[in-house]
Amino acid sequence: MLTILVDGIAYGMLLFVLACGLAVTLGLMNFVNLAHGSFAMAGGYITVVLVNRLGIPFSASLPIAFLASAAIGFVFERTLYVHVYRKSPLDQVLFTIGLVFMSVAAVDYVMGSSQVFVRIPDILQGKFDVFGIGIGRYRLLIIVICGLLTIALQSILSFTRFGSRLRAAVDDSRVARGLGINVNRVFALTFAFGSGLAGLGGALGAEILGLDPTFPLKFMIYFLIVVTVGGTSSMTGPFLASLLLGISDVAGKYYVPTLGAFVIYTIMIIVLIWRPQGLFSRTASR
Amino acid sequence: MTPPPVAVRTATEWLAARARWHPLEVVFWLAAFAAIYLLPNRHLILTEIAWLGLFALSLDLILGYAGIISLGHAAFFGFGAYTAALLAKHEILDEPVLALLVSGCAAMALGFVTSFLVLRGSDLTRLMVTLGVALMLRELANRNGWLTGGADGLQGVSIKPVLGLFRFDMYGHTGYTYCLTILFVLFLIARRLVNSPFGLSLLSVKTNPLRSSAIGISVDARLIAIYTVAAGYAGIAGALLAQTTAFASLEVFSFDRSADLLLVLIIGGAGYLYGGLIGAIIFKFMQDYLSVLTPQYWPFWIGLVLVVIVLVGRERITSWTAPIRIMAARLNWRALARRIVASTERL
Repeated sequence: MLTILVDGIAYGMLLFVLACGLAVTLGLMNFVNLAHGSFAMAGGYITVVLVNRLGIPFSASLPIAFLASAAIGFVFERTLYVHVYRKSPLDQVLFTIGLVFMSVAAVDYVMGSSQVFVRIPDILQGKFDVFGIGIGRYRLLIIVICGLLTIALQSILSFTRFGSRLRAAVDDSRVARGLGINVNRVFALTFAFGSGLAGLGGALGAEILGLDPTFPLKFMIYFLIVVTVGGTSSMTGPFLASLLLGISDVAGKYYVPTLGAFVIYTIMIIVLIWRPQGLFSRTASR
Repeated sequence: MTPPPVAVRTATEWLAARARWHPLEVVFWLAAFAAIYLLPNRHLILTEIAWLGLFALSLDLILGYAGIISLGHAAFFGFGAYTAALLAKHEILDEPVLALLVSGCAAMALGFVTSFLVLRGSDLTRLMVTLGVALMLRELANRNGWLTGGADGLQGVSIKPVLGLFRFDMYGHTGYTYCLTILFVLFLIARRLVNSPFGLSLLSVKTNPLRSSAIGISVDARLIAIYTVAAGYAGIAGALLAQTTAFASLEVFSFDRSADLLLVLIIGGAGYLYGGLIGAIIFKFMQDYLSVLTPQYWPFWIGLVLVVIVLVGRERITSWTAPIRIMAARLNWRALARRIVASTERL
């Protein structure tokens, strides 16, 4: 029972790290980036190559995965995404779906279509025994890392100058522009940072979520659920939404395996109908 | 009896002019039917083009005419496909045309129920909801293996001859004739629909929902109606696939199918009825050619085409059809002008 809870929390935390970049970019530019999962996949495969082929320690490969994905995100944002911001939602959807398909096929070509695993160090394997509950070490590590990241993100958003600029831009980008905030630059940085986080999430999650070329397609719906259920107005919304999603998905798969992912989709549709602006968002509409 | 006001008459004239058959359309359909005799060894791919064209036509009805973005149109396609396959497998309805109608009605019912979900919210919400519905159906089909065969697909389906006369053959001769006839009939209905006052009101809803409701168009009712009809069309397209291949698998619900469909429609151009059909022709031949070169990495080229289309601009890409459309419009306008002049002289 508690093991499921811990697994669910670890899973939810991972989803949060994977999806929070999407939440911010969606709220900031109203841009539907379905290709967010591709950056996560990039991070995952970079880690696989670094650890398995080049023999770089797992702990060192995580920051590299973060930086590399952030760099990829930055380059894509500057070269391709900028042209699409002002287009209609249909164009944005077509464009990002196109990117997803290209990334899927490209990774398939370079890395092969089978599922790959990261060789995690022996210290992280096995379980702790806490009051008779088995907790996987790796899962505990994920909870710790993602928890720290969440706190760091929240404090960046709340206490730094960049955070306040970002919040202003999300709340009302026109007024923010009028106040002299370079919204495009804020956005480019946020996009890169969000892609980096996704890459880090992909690297950490390769072990739990499984990594194969169809990763962006498989998890696209999860990211979108996190964002739509959590809303885009704060970090806490997506955070709670991911925890809820992680726990209910793990519990659902454990207790009612016949229903599978059905539960999640139903919950998502109900939430969308009930509160289209998200479950935890404060403002009614923008 | 007082004659109707001029505005009403002009609108009627305009609609009538829009609905008039253009010579190019006649050529298009004559060519399609001539392919039954002229291209007998290409019938398998032509069959695929026919049902894909119908599927794209159904997406065009909601995207091009009503402005609803759907990422889960495969839901209705798959629902129709499974319905047709199950009807044939358990010999509930042996006759393919009747089974087709039933599948279409089943998909329409599903479309009607889910149409209430797409009424609310922004484009993003609609994307998510349509995607969610398709995923839900896929999961249902996956989990209820006793009915659908699960991941292996529904095997052992045998389709009886059409109308009891024409047996499906492995070269696709019957299949193509059958699909093309169905496509033509449904196209006529769609043509009638979009050139009616109802179709005109849909365009108004697409352009500006708020203003449309202000001039007395019940926006929700229109959207529900067109979504239901489009779902029925998609269901029939799926049923055609199931009947011509005698097989249905989970793949009919897949996200790729919905995404490919968007590409098909975008290549041909959304918002006019031939867009889906032309798109289907180009898409299938492109797929035929490219997948011979690189079978496994075919999605890459789809993605590349999508990205390029968006970056270049959809309007510019589909502008190759513009001369034809302008010509068509001009011809219609001339006729319209003549008739208006004639009618004012009579006053």
